Amino acid sequence: MDLALAHETLARWQFGFTTVYHYLFVPLTISLAALTAGLQTAWVRTEKEKYFRATKFWGKLFLINIAMGVATGLVQEFQFGMNWSAYSKFVGDVFGAPLAMEALLAFFFESTFIGLWIFGWDRLPRKVHLGCIWMVSIGTFLSSYFILAANSFMQHPNGYRIAANGRAQLTSISKVLFQDTTLAAVFHTLAACFIVGGAFMVGISAYLVLRARRQPLEERDGTKIATIRTSLRLGLWTALAGGIGALLSGDTIGRVMVQQQPMKMAAAEGLWHTAAPAPFSLFAIGSLHQGRNVFEFNIPGLLSFLSYHDFHSPVRGIVDVARQESTQFGGEWQHYVPDIFESFWAYRGMITFGMISVAIAVAGLWLTRQKRWIDPRFRRPETELPLLMLTRERELSPFLTTWAWRIALLTLGFPLIGNALGWLFTEMGRQPWVVYGLMTTADAVSPNVSVTEQIISLGVFAVLYGALAVVEVRLLIKYVRKGIGDEPPPSHEPLPRGPLSPESDDEPLTFAY
Amino acid sequence: MHLTDFWFLVIAILWIGYFFLEGFDFGVGILVGVVARDDRERRVLINTIGPVWDGNEVWLLTAGGATFAAFPVWYATLFSGFYLALLVILVCLIVRGVAFEFRGKRSGRRWQRNWEHALFVTSLLVAFLWGVAFANIVRGVKIDADEVYVGGFWDLINGYALLGGFTTLFLFTFHGAAFAALKTLGPIRARVRRAALLTGGVTAVLASAFLIWTQVDQGLGATPPGGLGGGWSLAALIIAVVALVSALAFARLQRDGWSFALSGVTVVAAVAMLFLSLYPDVLPSSLDPSWSLTVSNASSANYTLTVMTIVACVMTPVVLAYQAWTYWVFRRRIGVSAIPQ
Repeated sequence: MDLALAHETLARWQFGFTTVYHYLFVPLTISLAALTAGLQTAWVRTEKEKYFRATKFWGKLFLINIAMGVATGLVQEFQFGMNWSAYSKFVGDVFGAPLAMEALLAFFFESTFIGLWIFGWDRLPRKVHLGCIWMVSIGTFLSSYFILAANSFMQHPNGYRIAANGRAQLTSISKVLFQDTTLAAVFHTLAACFIVGGAFMVGISAYLVLRARRQPLEERDGTKIATIRTSLRLGLWTALAGGIGALLSGDTIGRVMVQQQPMKMAAAEGLWHTAAPAPFSLFAIGSLHQGRNVFEFNIPGLLSFLSYHDFHSPVRGIVDVARQESTQFGGEWQHYVPDIFESFWAYRGMITFGMISVAIAVAGLWLTRQKRWIDPRFRRPETELPLLMLTRERELSPFLTTWAWRIALLTLGFPLIGNALGWLFTEMGRQPWVVYGLMTTADAVSPNVSVTEQIISLGVFAVLYGALAVVEVRLLIKYVRKGIGDEPPPSHEPLPRGPLSPESDDEPLTFAY
Repeated sequence: MHLTDFWFLVIAILWIGYFFLEGFDFGVGILVGVVARDDRERRVLINTIGPVWDGNEVWLLTAGGATFAAFPVWYATLFSGFYLALLVILVCLIVRGVAFEFRGKRSGRRWQRNWEHALFVTSLLVAFLWGVAFANIVRGVKIDADEVYVGGFWDLINGYALLGGFTTLFLFTFHGAAFAALKTLGPIRARVRRAALLTGGVTAVLASAFLIWTQVDQGLGATPPGGLGGGWSLAALIIAVVALVSALAFARLQRDGWSFALSGVTVVAAVAMLFLSLYPDVLPSSLDPSWSLTVSNASSANYTLTVMTIVACVMTPVVLAYQAWTYWVFRRRIGVSAIPQ
């Protein structure tokens, strides 16, 4: 293989691999931080034990994830310099700013307050301790905001000029932070994160229900069942809310994309030639050589509607956009076409995997309608598990019930796949550009890093990340199996300690590593 | 003062802060492997830094981000040039980060021992490698006219850099021992104090040699044009050595607070000295001085620096305030009886 090509390919593989891996933990961290904070707020306000137990249980799973998210996040910050030094030099002036802001405004929040939250249960007044987890949650939001602003600059450069030395120079920070590309991406990504967190909660609660069903009625712990029930409903609502958010923002992002990156939308649809009205493709097999689809199955007019909210507007096709770019930047038009197969299927995979969980959330919400638990006629003892009802009088057959819980458990990971595919689509659809219209990916790699070094680092990351994945999954399974804990909520608030108040150093800690 | 100089100062402060804070938690990580006798003692040591290590590490991320934003060329050349060394550092920091969180998540003895070994080895390696990296930065590396590092991995291994590595390794271990002496109770406290005296003694020899070598090489005749001259770095050198010796004396007198404060001053002065002898270069070229990266040719434009200055001026006091508060909340000493089963 051509060395230059191997160079770029290895750098891209490393970026793709480490980023997708890192991004398995990010959506879980973002959503679980907020959900844990919500549960703890419910406990502080109502003092109901089930909220305390839920906080502890989900908080523990959250901590396992955030440890991995933080650790793998380190790589993200440094690999721009390692593998993409030409890129870093070219855009550092613009791209570095949101990255530095992320560290200063978001990372410090997250990492400092996470320590306070973990160890602060018996050190801080209840409300201050609650404030800590909210700070962590706000930190995760801010963090995603700055990263998405930086990424949006790559999708749609804005607020810059090219200086005399050939490097991009920031001219307006607000155009980078608040351009429509950024806003749409933030909304869409956060919504998708909550589908992940919701489905995670639903799946694990479903497992706990399945297991608790095997216990005889009299052995069931009322508070634990109540905790599972609350978690289940919270997860279902979260996934639904995330799903609605993802649909609405997906619509916005699509329309922004048609304007700013027509190639990406055309690639997502396998639309080779400009069409009016443009059809939405359900299935297609295409060929770059022929510049058309060999086989396709379409819904007429839908793509025009999704792009412009009317059924007749023309949507630009792959060949037309590529020819225009080749006249503008030189070279063959084929050079400006991203991998259509990957874009097409990643786009469909994102929607399918994301929406399966949302569909299951809707079904779950209907089947476990709250009324059944509140209405006195249907009120059941604390120890009873949620039934799956079709109507007021009829519940699902035992066989269907068991399978419904199993399916709920299985969908746990689907939105994670959807998220990963969404990122693959976003980044692949931009190729061959690393910064759309300004710099190609081939020009962005470090000129001095050897292929050997790249192979070493890719191998090291593959082995390390693989091993950590095994450890992480086994730990998660262990803690899920352990189920909701027995720990009673603290009976009194920790006393505020002043500099002069007497204190005993050797008093046992409630939490220690 | 020009904004580029200001940002050089900011980045120097971020690295100083990073080494001051993460320095002692590297040291504690090393002590877990050599000083603690049993499981509970190891846990006492780990818990002295448990609530704060994550916040400490963000100083590194901020230094990295600030370098990217303020000196993109420095960021790009440095991290692509030190590729494999940085890879090892990253791997260590990843393993170290999960080791804290995962160690206690299962009760098996082998499981916990493995994570403790991981914590020890990674803390040790990183403490060593940062010294190697900074020694190379100060000494200069093979940078060509296109701002590209053209040396290889083995060019980074040389006598001066190795001395730098051993200096930071022992300095951080000493700093960690001083911190642990301040934060623990009982027999473990006596043992870390002894470790402090021992590592402090070795540090005094290594650090003096390394800093004097730096001063002779960089401070006297070889000051880059526009540099500060050798006076400032000499002052920092003297402060570092005096602080180190006093820290040792206080450790002997069992004045833990003073000893830790002064080991901190040593770290601050030593790192400050490296940056003082570096200025106005950010990465000197050993091939031709005119190819060196400097604060002016490696920096971002004025607008970015202005934006970043505003953000830094608003946020830094806030960050410092809540990080200080964390140390205040967890200010108590812990002993073996504080560790729950």
